[in-house]
Amino acid sequence: MSAIKLTIDGRPVEVEPGTTILEAARKLGIDIPTFCHDPELAPNGACRICVVEVERARALVASCCAPVAPDMVVHTESERVVKARKAILRLILANHPLDCITCEKTGQCKLQDYCYRYGISESDFEGEVKELPLDDTNPFYIRDMNKCILCGRCVGRCQEINGAGAIDFIGRGFSTIVGPAFGDPIEESSCVFCGMCVDVCPVGALIPKAGVGKGRPWEVEKVKTICPYCGTGCSIYLHVKDGRIIGASPDFEGPVNRGHLCSKGRFGWDFVHSEERLTRPLIKKDGVFVEASWDEALDLVAEKVRDLLNRYGPDSLMGLSSAKTSNEDNYLFQKLMRSLGTNNVDHCARL
Amino acid sequence: MTNSIGEIPGAGAILIIGSNTSETHPVISYRVREAVQNGAALIVADPRVTEMAKLADYHLRLRPGTDVALLNGLMHIIIAEDLLDVDFIEKRTEGFEKLKEKVAEYTPERVSEITGVAVSDLRAAARAYAAAESAAILYTMGITQHTTGTDNVLSVANLAMLTGNMGKPSAGVNPLRGQNNVQGACDMGALPNVYTGYQKVGDPQVQEKFSKAWGVPLSDKPGLTVTKSMDAIFDGRIKGMLIMGENPILSEANANHAGEALERLEFLVVQDIFMTETAAYADVVLPAASYAEQLGSYTNTERRVQLSCPAVPPPGEARADWEILTDLAKRLGLDWSYSGSEAIFNEMASLTPSYAGMSYSRLADEKSLQWPCPDSKHPGTPYLHVGKFSRGLGQFTPVDYKPPAELPDGEYPFVLSTGRHIFHYHTGTMTRRSVPLEQHRPEEFVEIHPEDAAKLGLAEGDPAQISSRRGEVVARVTLTERVKPGHVFMTFHYHEAAANLLTNDALCPVAATPEFKVCAVNVRKAG
Ligand code: SF4
Ligand code: SF4
Ligand code: SF4
Ligand code: FES
Repeated sequence: MSAIKLTIDGRPVEVEPGTTILEAARKLGIDIPTFCHDPELAPNGACRICVVEVERARALVASCCAPVAPDMVVHTESERVVKARKAILRLILANHPLDCITCEKTGQCKLQDYCYRYGISESDFEGEVKELPLDDTNPFYIRDMNKCILCGRCVGRCQEINGAGAIDFIGRGFSTIVGPAFGDPIEESSCVFCGMCVDVCPVGALIPKAGVGKGRPWEVEKVKTICPYCGTGCSIYLHVKDGRIIGASPDFEGPVNRGHLCSKGRFGWDFVHSEERLTRPLIKKDGVFVEASWDEALDLVAEKVRDLLNRYGPDSLMGLSSAKTSNEDNYLFQKLMRSLGTNNVDHCARL
Repeated sequence: MTNSIGEIPGAGAILIIGSNTSETHPVISYRVREAVQNGAALIVADPRVTEMAKLADYHLRLRPGTDVALLNGLMHIIIAEDLLDVDFIEKRTEGFEKLKEKVAEYTPERVSEITGVAVSDLRAAARAYAAAESAAILYTMGITQHTTGTDNVLSVANLAMLTGNMGKPSAGVNPLRGQNNVQGACDMGALPNVYTGYQKVGDPQVQEKFSKAWGVPLSDKPGLTVTKSMDAIFDGRIKGMLIMGENPILSEANANHAGEALERLEFLVVQDIFMTETAAYADVVLPAASYAEQLGSYTNTERRVQLSCPAVPPPGEARADWEILTDLAKRLGLDWSYSGSEAIFNEMASLTPSYAGMSYSRLADEKSLQWPCPDSKHPGTPYLHVGKFSRGLGQFTPVDYKPPAELPDGEYPFVLSTGRHIFHYHTGTMTRRSVPLEQHRPEEFVEIHPEDAAKLGLAEGDPAQISSRRGEVVARVTLTERVKPGHVFMTFHYHEAAANLLTNDALCPVAATPEFKVCAVNVRKAG
């Protein structure tokens, strides 16, 4: 099928048929706001913040759902569009808690960003603020449904990608929330704590517990690592502040995981800072471990290894390498054993 | 894996055998779900009702340890109903006639008898698998951790070749490796019979190449596997052991035996990040840096090599494993000097044809590369065996079903299988020191069928004593129909209820893998 030509904000663009207006605009580097849009989920058109004006169309259209058409002329920031977006933001703000000063999401909250962009500081609507209790009985993340804007991305990720189906829209109208059936705490649901909902929530409704009060997004350095658990090889950013890991997030461009994770990769990194980490070499003397310097410890190992080599030959040694350490570590480990004259080297791959 | 994780959503059919994918490889299970949403037929062969089994079109609930019979049965039906890929068999394989003869013995009725799976389900599953344009097989420890583990793997390959599901996208035979770098450890030659890239220690040319590159004489005699080395300690052949980042005390079958073995060593040195159950036996313990504290490359289950960057400094005086090894090598009179992990990678790549085209700069620019990647222009290889197998023609290997080494009897009437759940990992060295994971799942729950529990007077959460010919543990039970009557399931994450005190260290004779998936136990109310 031939490409479709259209004009967005006065600029021509050519895209494949079936492309949405939102995607076409992004191709031009035009930033249309979105809350509910998720590139991996079927569009649900819930929030309408992405509306644009299409010439000759009567109503504004949601750009994340609407496909392009030949010779379409689109305006993404026209007066009508801006007015509609402001109204949506005011409506949301009318019943949104305004505790941005202490909210963990500050700095990466879409609601904040768009209010700033469109100059909304307060709402003219006399809204009712919800007063729902926090769901924080699980050790992984806090659910604050007072801040939820009902975009549905968490529900989509949980049902369509994870398959756990732990949460859904419940209730109606103003009292609608997302959560487990019967308003149970998430810990009692089928949630497997993959955190994929947390990573796409545009506002501060889903907050990982580990990082609370530990640092602001702009103070954090994100370092790309590979998950140390299963053999899938998900790529994960560790969030570091002052030499400590305070959080993690999936690599949305990860060649394997595309932004997806499971509970171990998403929340299981804190063993790195465990109090139980070994920090000094230890030598066993009379049955108890005594701290030693590296020189003492390595000299002793070398002496013992040489002694065994002399007395029994190289095949009296066995080396167990590791399915957890890097390729470089494994390469050197087998090189060491083999250089000592034995092929007695293995690891626990079978287990 | 012969194929890639990203190809799974494109498969027309997926057979998962012996893999609790949604708990052991959750992100791969998301791809399976995507495939199902795209219309793929999902066949799951598992004694337990796992999440994947619930998602499946066909759940083949076979008796533990009867995988070969099941696979032979599927092949029998495919041949009998003429659903095979004749063209592929003719052009790319050999030994078909022998296979045909063998599987002829496995009539659906006989297989149903052995496995407990209904004939109609066998037929439906065989048809669904064979009908797909491309069908992928995924398997994990459920296949390899048997005394017949190697047979199981051969059977899986037979099935894939019979239907021409090799050498094309979204197909193949795909073992899902358990640990983050099992694939890498194998690729790097942390195996008793091969150097890097599976170059044989017995091959004189290979031996000469490494000997020259490393500047040392090398042995051409294959070494001992980890499991055999434990026995070799008892008969006095092994006197000293170096262990880097492994915890064989908890991960070896028959853990008591492993503990006694380590105690007998004249010298044991362990480098690790924690004082593991194994490190406690050591004469010297060396503190190592964790993955988050060093630059290095890792190879995932689909042969994909990726770089992991250092996020934080190591605690105290802990050092990267490669630094420790380099210092030790120097003290042992070896002429080693490395400026960093990149220099090590380059040396390795220069000696390893399948990694030869890789470098840190390419891994950084291209995010990842899948081996084989023979030269610096090569884009890497998402799926293997296109046009031909590495040995030329694909070999069909007929295999016979053999019952597991230990079956239930009057004294030990239950079958115990071991595995994992989603919140912990392996022997728990890392996850049990993760605050949220440990808080969420702090203890073992043995899965037992409600009918069995009722007979034994066990209620949800009651402590039970599980015993085998090798040992006993106490753990609480959870009543669930995930397991069939007569079958119990435990994980091996918890040292306080170490399942491997119970498991059978009978080995698969070829791969030396212990039979973790089937052993006979008794269960009774504790305390
Ligand atoms: S953490 Fe994962 S399983 Fe739990 S609700 Fe969120 S998406 Fe669903
Ligand atoms: S919790 Fe967040 S992701 Fe879920 S519906 Fe509310 S705002 Fe959207
Ligand atoms: S995040 Fe989960 S699925 Fe991904 S590598 Fe880690 S343990 Fe495996
Ligand atoms: S982003 Fe388009 S409707 Fe929400």
